[in-house]
Amino acid sequence: MVSIVINGKIRNVDAAPDTPLLWVLRDSLHLTGTKFGCGIAQCGACTVHLDGQPVRSCSTPVSAAAGKKVTTVEGIGATRAGKAVQAAWILNDVPQCGYCQSGQIMSASALLAKNRTPTDADIDEAMSGNVCRCGTYNQIRAAIKDAAASVKGA
Amino acid sequence: MRAKTMNASRREFLKTSAMAGGGLIIGFTLPGATRLAQGAGKEARMSAYLRIAPNNDITVVCGLSEMGQGVHTAIPMLVAEELDADWSRVRVEQAGVDQAFANPIFGMQATGGSTSVRGHWEPMRKAGATARAMLIAAAAETWKVDAAECQTEKGTVVHKSGKKLSYGQLAERAAKLTPPKEVKLKDPSQFTLLGKSGTKRLDSAAKSTGRAKFGMDVYLPGMLTAVIAYPPVPGGKAASVNDAKAKAVPGVRQVLQIPSGVAVLADGYWAAKLGRDALEIQWDHGANASLSSEGISKTLSAGAAAGGAVGRNEGDFKAATPAKKIEAEYEAPYLSHSCMEPLNCTAWVRKGEVEIWVGTQSQGPAQGILGQVAGVAPGKVKVNTMYLGGGFGRRFAPDPVIGATVLSKISGKPVKLVYSREDDTRGYFYRPASVTRMTGGLDASGRATLFTANVASPSIMEGSHFMKLPPDGVDEFGVEGIRDCPYDIPNLHVEYSRQEPGGIQVWFWRSVGHSQNSFFLESFVDELAHAAGKDPFEFRRSLLGKQPRYKGALELAAEKADWGKPLPAGVHRGIAVVFSFGSWCAEVAEVSVGPDGTPKVHRVVAAVDCGMTVNPDIVKRQIESAIVYGLTAALYGKITFKDGRVEQSNFHDYRMLRMNQMPKVEVHIVPSREAPGGIGEPGTPPIAPAVANAIFAATGKRIRKLPLLG
Repeated sequence: MVSIVINGKIRNVDAAPDTPLLWVLRDSLHLTGTKFGCGIAQCGACTVHLDGQPVRSCSTPVSAAAGKKVTTVEGIGATRAGKAVQAAWILNDVPQCGYCQSGQIMSASALLAKNRTPTDADIDEAMSGNVCRCGTYNQIRAAIKDAAASVKGA
Repeated sequence: MRAKTMNASRREFLKTSAMAGGGLIIGFTLPGATRLAQGAGKEARMSAYLRIAPNNDITVVCGLSEMGQGVHTAIPMLVAEELDADWSRVRVEQAGVDQAFANPIFGMQATGGSTSVRGHWEPMRKAGATARAMLIAAAAETWKVDAAECQTEKGTVVHKSGKKLSYGQLAERAAKLTPPKEVKLKDPSQFTLLGKSGTKRLDSAAKSTGRAKFGMDVYLPGMLTAVIAYPPVPGGKAASVNDAKAKAVPGVRQVLQIPSGVAVLADGYWAAKLGRDALEIQWDHGANASLSSEGISKTLSAGAAAGGAVGRNEGDFKAATPAKKIEAEYEAPYLSHSCMEPLNCTAWVRKGEVEIWVGTQSQGPAQGILGQVAGVAPGKVKVNTMYLGGGFGRRFAPDPVIGATVLSKISGKPVKLVYSREDDTRGYFYRPASVTRMTGGLDASGRATLFTANVASPSIMEGSHFMKLPPDGVDEFGVEGIRDCPYDIPNLHVEYSRQEPGGIQVWFWRSVGHSQNSFFLESFVDELAHAAGKDPFEFRRSLLGKQPRYKGALELAAEKADWGKPLPAGVHRGIAVVFSFGSWCAEVAEVSVGPDGTPKVHRVVAAVDCGMTVNPDIVKRQIESAIVYGLTAALYGKITFKDGRVEQSNFHDYRMLRMNQMPKVEVHIVPSREAPGGIGEPGTPPIAPAVANAIFAATGKRIRKLPLLG
């Protein structure tokens, strides 16, 4: 039994300690916003925050999350940066198929939480681990800049 | 609930009925379904719906699949325009499978080939216009005035006196009226939504909050998750299986041998994967154990040298005596679609019926296929179409739905079959590899007088299992984009040689044959331009005198890209223009090449003539998306074989374009009143040749084999 705080709630999960956090979120808790894309930390679709830091949940054993705060796309709107990012995503109509966007939003929220004036180079660095097969990168960049402006102005 | 049916001459189109609670339902049947029904000597059933509720919500029920292309926004827009709906009250709902939703272009319920707007442009507008006419009639009846004195605006009927009633208030009365026999559609000059920028997608909020449900997100009570150990060599099969260690993995419930491989069914994905890792399988690799990419290239090259069935012949290519002749062989590799969401399907076979949950492009055909697989009538197969995490043609293929249904039938449980990324990458259904040998000739003035192409590639038509090679032996997908060479060249000859190395399953990949053939043709035309000592843009333009829409797109791209004007040091331009799926698209790529030979694409300027548009914002995004898809493949994409096995497996060795490599993209739309063209695919074909031509401009090195970083 592993005890994790997910989006502010304590959840006790019956899973082997080496089970990837991704599959605990999805298969055990049915928190399906976090996506399976590659399983080897190459695409970022499974990005969640562990104590505020972005991690690839497909390659993070659930044991590493024990006693820590996990934030998923379902909970990121409760943070200032996450709320701004989601609003900017909707305003810019960023998603196409949408499958990668949870991970993109989690990476972008982590970036804005620590850097309210990201440069293009900062965005490249923070976001290049997230693959978008629909090619929405330019819209993601624009939305991050919009979100940064709104967080800064708030 | 009451229903009124139209008179016989209009029965193909409309019926109306009242909603429980007093709303209006418009049922209609798309022309594709009418054709099917007439072919079968039956009357088409009508069950595609537009619902207007008393609270003013308008729901458009859409039979097409949303895979990012924006169809769940575009289809409602077509209805809303003619209905004069309040867009903020318009909703979309995914339909089940019904003959009424047959795609008017395919004649089956399926999404692909950039057909959605082309096929639904008129019928969906008619549905909206009919509903509007009935709401006006209901208002006129309520007010006891002449309908001609009433107008509509933003979800209300307004009388000239200023009286107003909302559509929701009128819906119940409208449902009791007989629909008009004919409705007049708006002149495009009257459009307020169509062709205008600013209408937001209906799925952005769900997809920005994690709420959108994809096939992968389906969980049923008692469901098992399955992964399959597939034969590592195409055509192979399991000779012996020791599943003792797999069954010992906690959570593993069943191990089943099925035609496609050995399946492990478990309580969740992770246990299933660990179980599969623990399987001990002896494979019989069959006839393809020595299959290699070198061998495949040789086979295709020999096919291109030998030639084959004649696909086009104009003038006399044998008798032509050009002053200058060039010859070249080009090659493109197999490609995986690599949708962001790995393939999956959840199936539940119950007594006498099947239900599946899946992101699919082909729910209509799936119904028939699964009826056969499970031994039930097609009508007993229910398909729940989920959001698709990318489609690109791959989700037209039936392998995940067959696999899941077979496993549910044998296991007696609801089963979610999941492909790992590795399974997805190695799961065949590839864009075919192709080798094409071309010759071109110029007269003394540098004008092109000869073009021949011999294409050698596997046949998608035969591989599809729902088409056959036509009697002339030319696979239409094998030659599209090269047989339809638009340039005014008097001696023109194209042949197709079908080659099936390794029996590898090939399939439709975004833009299909154009994805490689446009690279061949537009690169080779560039070679001809340079051989003639002419500017590549001007050379093309001079040969497109009879092709105004090609020329229009080409000229707009060149103009917007400042063709011919100076660029920063080291940056060079390449250009290409392609017609595909009803639209003309030209692209100019600005590229620099690093000292190690690595190209960097700085900017792409595209111009598209797709006729009238529904949502120009989505049009631009689709062209940009298609450019990224094509550029990713051009730079990195290749599926190769060694000892019968696919060498690539995941995103580390089947690379994707990322944020830090993303060029700026500008998309310009040619203003038009012509009928709409397709938009999901036409942006893909021009990008590979535009970039390769820019690399030639930068380095003098002609790239004739993809990928660029091969």
